[in-house]
Amino acid sequence: MKIILDHQQIELVIKRLAHQVLENHSDSNDTVLIGIQPRGIFLSDRLHQELCRYSATPPPYGKLDITFYRDDIRKQIHVPNHTDIPFSIEGKKVVLVDDVLYTGRTIRAALDALMDFGRPAKAELLVLIDRRYSRQLPIQPDYTGKTIDSIVSQQVKVNWNEGQHEVVLVDQ
Amino acid sequence: MTLSTRHLLGIKDLTPQDISLLLQTAQQFKEVLQRPIKKVPSLRDITIVNLFFENSTRTRISFELAEKRLSADTINFTASGSSVSKGETLLDTVNNILSMKVDMVVMRHSASGAPHFLAKHIPAAIINAGDGINEHPTQALLDALSMTEKHGSLEGLKVAIIGDIMHSRVAQSNLYLLGKMGAEVTVCGPPTLIPKHLAEAFNVRVEYNLRKALEWCDVANVLRIQLERQNQVLFSTLREYNLSYGINRRLLDSLGKDITIMHPGPINRGVELDSDVADSGQSIILQQVENGVAVRMAALYLLSNRQQA
Repeated sequence: MKIILDHQQIELVIKRLAHQVLENHSDSNDTVLIGIQPRGIFLSDRLHQELCRYSATPPPYGKLDITFYRDDIRKQIHVPNHTDIPFSIEGKKVVLVDDVLYTGRTIRAALDALMDFGRPAKAELLVLIDRRYSRQLPIQPDYTGKTIDSIVSQQVKVNWNEGQHEVVLVDQ
Repeated sequence: MTLSTRHLLGIKDLTPQDISLLLQTAQQFKEVLQRPIKKVPSLRDITIVNLFFENSTRTRISFELAEKRLSADTINFTASGSSVSKGETLLDTVNNILSMKVDMVVMRHSASGAPHFLAKHIPAAIINAGDGINEHPTQALLDALSMTEKHGSLEGLKVAIIGDIMHSRVAQSNLYLLGKMGAEVTVCGPPTLIPKHLAEAFNVRVEYNLRKALEWCDVANVLRIQLERQNQVLFSTLREYNLSYGINRRLLDSLGKDITIMHPGPINRGVELDSDVADSGQSIILQQVENGVAVRMAALYLLSNRQQA
């Protein structure tokens, strides 16, 4: 087991990502933040806190569950989580937030789900960890906390324990 | 986490965990039904046949809409105008339909146990949409979802089931469900419409006085008088039934508390419910119908496991 990011590093990365989002979205009236259920929500909650701290007009914040859009439904039925997008995304710039970008299949499903809520002007992707060279679909992040190289047999675990966040690489 | 059963034949076979999972999933589908595009692609590869050997409006439309909202392909079958009238057996009819590669069967039948019989003989997943006087599981689930939304939890909730208990599959499914989820239940109606063994079988109170039942309860689930299932006279006239067991505004106002009124539909207005009750703010009858689609989506989604099939 190897620690990729410790608590302090994660906090620094989240602050940087928040600043990058604000830099690219100077008119935050047009921007919305959407976390992907379930694991992306820890990051999007923290990110939204930071955005509220640095911006007088922070973007609206919603949560999206992609269970009904999964491409592996023929193999396994997953239990859905709650979707809560209490605003229109029509014509908005959407920043999707997830913790780890791996095969890209979750993001594919998220994009499909997103389109059922309207037609955004643009959709961007923000991730804490980008597992490079492991994509199964042509999907790339716009904002990355940290890029890592890993092999299929390894697993990236993000722990959001209070006051002790960490990202670890586990050999299986 | 998945359901402990392959079919939804009755609430009797479900665990409390199954019921919670179905209700939680239904709540997520309620959100889907609020979206600009009220449809998800989950069952795109699934074909469902709706076999209705008995009349139905609400349940059939509700199932059909639920199937379409899940992107399933659907076939509708009604007994009238089919080969059933030429004497084809139930199993033959269903096997013929299944040979056209159908994955799931939603079935209503006037014979109690018909879906259980099918489940033993065919590979498709079966959802019971009402069988005779046995069970109507999705109705009990949508009632549970409606009660949960209004009152927070079923645990300790006081529910009165009022009316024709004997002929009601809705009552039976509700009794199983409320018992499993820890609600307190009183059944109320004329002695001729309440089976004798009921109190012991389901551990419920029996009350023959409507006012007492209403004074006790938080929720009154009022059943339809099923004229079509009665082959003997169990009460003298509808007017007399209305006088003794019909719920009207004056009676509700005199209780000194706001109870919730439910009804599985179709209502016999002026018999078990008067219009000034059915259309009032205390009634959640239309919310029940809305929840019906979400609950059926949940059942179809959770039973659509292709690996077992």
